[in-house]
Amino acid sequence: MAIWLTKDSKVIVQGMTGSEGSKHTRRMLAAGTNIVGGTNPRKAGTQVDFDGAKVPVFANVAEAMAETGADVSVLFVPPAGTKGAALEAIDAGIGLAVVITEGVPVHDTAEVWAHACATGNRTRIIGPNCPGIISPGQSNAGIIPADITGPGRIGLVSKSGTLTYQMMYELRDFGFSTGVGIGGDPVIGTTHIDALAAFQDDPETEAIVMIGEIGGDAEERAAEFIKANVTKPVVGYIAGFTAPPGKTMGHAGAIISGSSGTADAKKVALEAAGVRVGKTPSETARLMREVMSGR
Amino acid sequence: MDLYEYQGRELFARHGLPVLDGDVATTPDEAAAIAERLGVRAVVKAQVKVGGRGKAGGVKLAENAEELRGHAERILGMDIKGHTVHKVMVTTTAAIEEEYYFSYLLDRANRTFLCIASTAGGMEIEQVAETDPEKVVKMPIDAVKGVDSATAREIVTKAGFPADVADQVTEIAVKLWQAFVAEDATLVEVNPLAKVSGGKVLLLDAKVTLDENAGFRHPEHAEYEDKSAVDPLEQAAKAKNLNYVKLEGQVGIIGNGAGLVMSTLDVVAYAGEEFGGVRPANFLDIGGGASAQVMANGLEIVLSDPAVKSVFVNVFGGITACDAVANGIVQALALLGERGEQVTKPLVVRLDGNNAEEGRRILDSANNPLIERVDTMDGAAKRAAELAAAGK
Repeated sequence: MAIWLTKDSKVIVQGMTGSEGSKHTRRMLAAGTNIVGGTNPRKAGTQVDFDGAKVPVFANVAEAMAETGADVSVLFVPPAGTKGAALEAIDAGIGLAVVITEGVPVHDTAEVWAHACATGNRTRIIGPNCPGIISPGQSNAGIIPADITGPGRIGLVSKSGTLTYQMMYELRDFGFSTGVGIGGDPVIGTTHIDALAAFQDDPETEAIVMIGEIGGDAEERAAEFIKANVTKPVVGYIAGFTAPPGKTMGHAGAIISGSSGTADAKKVALEAAGVRVGKTPSETARLMREVMSGR
Repeated sequence: MDLYEYQGRELFARHGLPVLDGDVATTPDEAAAIAERLGVRAVVKAQVKVGGRGKAGGVKLAENAEELRGHAERILGMDIKGHTVHKVMVTTTAAIEEEYYFSYLLDRANRTFLCIASTAGGMEIEQVAETDPEKVVKMPIDAVKGVDSATAREIVTKAGFPADVADQVTEIAVKLWQAFVAEDATLVEVNPLAKVSGGKVLLLDAKVTLDENAGFRHPEHAEYEDKSAVDPLEQAAKAKNLNYVKLEGQVGIIGNGAGLVMSTLDVVAYAGEEFGGVRPANFLDIGGGASAQVMANGLEIVLSDPAVKSVFVNVFGGITACDAVANGIVQALALLGERGEQVTKPLVVRLDGNNAEEGRRILDSANNPLIERVDTMDGAAKRAAELAAAGK
């Protein structure tokens, strides 16, 4: 099994006809994702040919769901249109919306989140500004390269895309049940805690790698959660130990303000919860290797 | 993006919020002219993005324009906690009777907005929260519903604002929320919000942070960009659309993906401990799908930093193909050579992931003595630190 995304997931792509959308739809199809449609109100009723796979275009998410039974949407919509597209997915009641788009204003994300909460949280939102989610060998919703690793029994949750790839690569001989890139924005839909809870409940996941970075206190809250709720071994990594305060390090959310959000504070909190924290990605992988070899 | 106080004051005024009359000046003459126009006692305040300017002598009261010119002369050019004063704000004065605190901000942990209000203003709100927690009211604000007059009234009542200012503060709370949303701010903080003689409530300070992601709907925000405070290398990088942050070290860093680059800085700093405390010189994320041109631009910026003694290119090819990165490095060095810029600093390159084999082959066959290939991230960091230490 896996979390949130399996071989049975029926995936649509919002923004499939755009340049990023079509590029990654092709990649997702090649990775075996069951893509059942895309949306674009101006091209509804047409089909897009991806190397022989003909994917129908629908006017909106609700129509695509009615026609295909889709339960996952991946959003490749420019920042100005992301709020509207996400609200459309939520109002259609799709189970999972993966928002890849980088550069979404935080007021828009906060509004989307408030709307999702007000309508009963029927839609799990991953992102924005994230690489998406992959259950190797089953399905891939987003831009994580599918050929880094195969299926296995490690679960991964990460704020960073390339660190996700690096960690999957280092542990490719073990493989992964699911890898979730939650994104580095100040406001995100799915958190470390959500993924930790799902991995804890997933019988196919034996151990969890958690990758965080400076900014906010999500890792500290995850540590509290682990202490109280997670019995599977967790190995952690935090990026940004040497980042100076007051400078945004690439991700909008990656900034140390005053004494809050430092990597040290996160490491201390995680270790207090029994999480082994690596100093570098390679050391973290080595710690996970020890965990998995002992099983 | 943090605004200066004078920019925040102007932003508040534009949204119909009551602030003191005044303007900003870059010379003592300009400052005196503003005081002349105001025609009354005036206050001159250093414009720096750091607290404690009052204690540092950066805020002075003047009875007339001549006295104010003298104050401005002393304040302009002053160093306040490492920040040079390039501008002063000159405003009228007000006799403060009561000081309050009011702010709206992004609450990351709860994924919503938060209003913080207190009748104990004028000092650090964190301090008030510690000594008199009952005097600080925190109320979550629904991002969809926002703050209407009923919500504003609720905040005012909960925070215990006196009856004689309640109506004014309610109106300010609504307008300040409208400004917060309209400007895509992540923080608007007023400390103090003050009742002055005559009973009027004014916003006497302005701390505003704007969301740079929202720049596409606020082209006018570009003017807030503080060119004088930005490092020249950061400016040059921005002109080339590169995500670059200048740091104080000797190993230039180029990588793809914010998390991996942050991690690279750490790994280099750890490795540098062995070599006399060598540290990373910058953060540079060339992003996914980096072309040869982007790599060339990145290398040019990093190599033009005189503090850089070696460069570590750390790429994990996800979407980015390593052969393209390798070609980028080789072409970039050729390009810089053609421009007559003699590259002498050694490059340590680590490539993994998408098409890494081909990328490594390209680097090896380029046979450039400046390029050194190392297979692991930790190993490459160590080598780059060693080379930087040797080049010092």
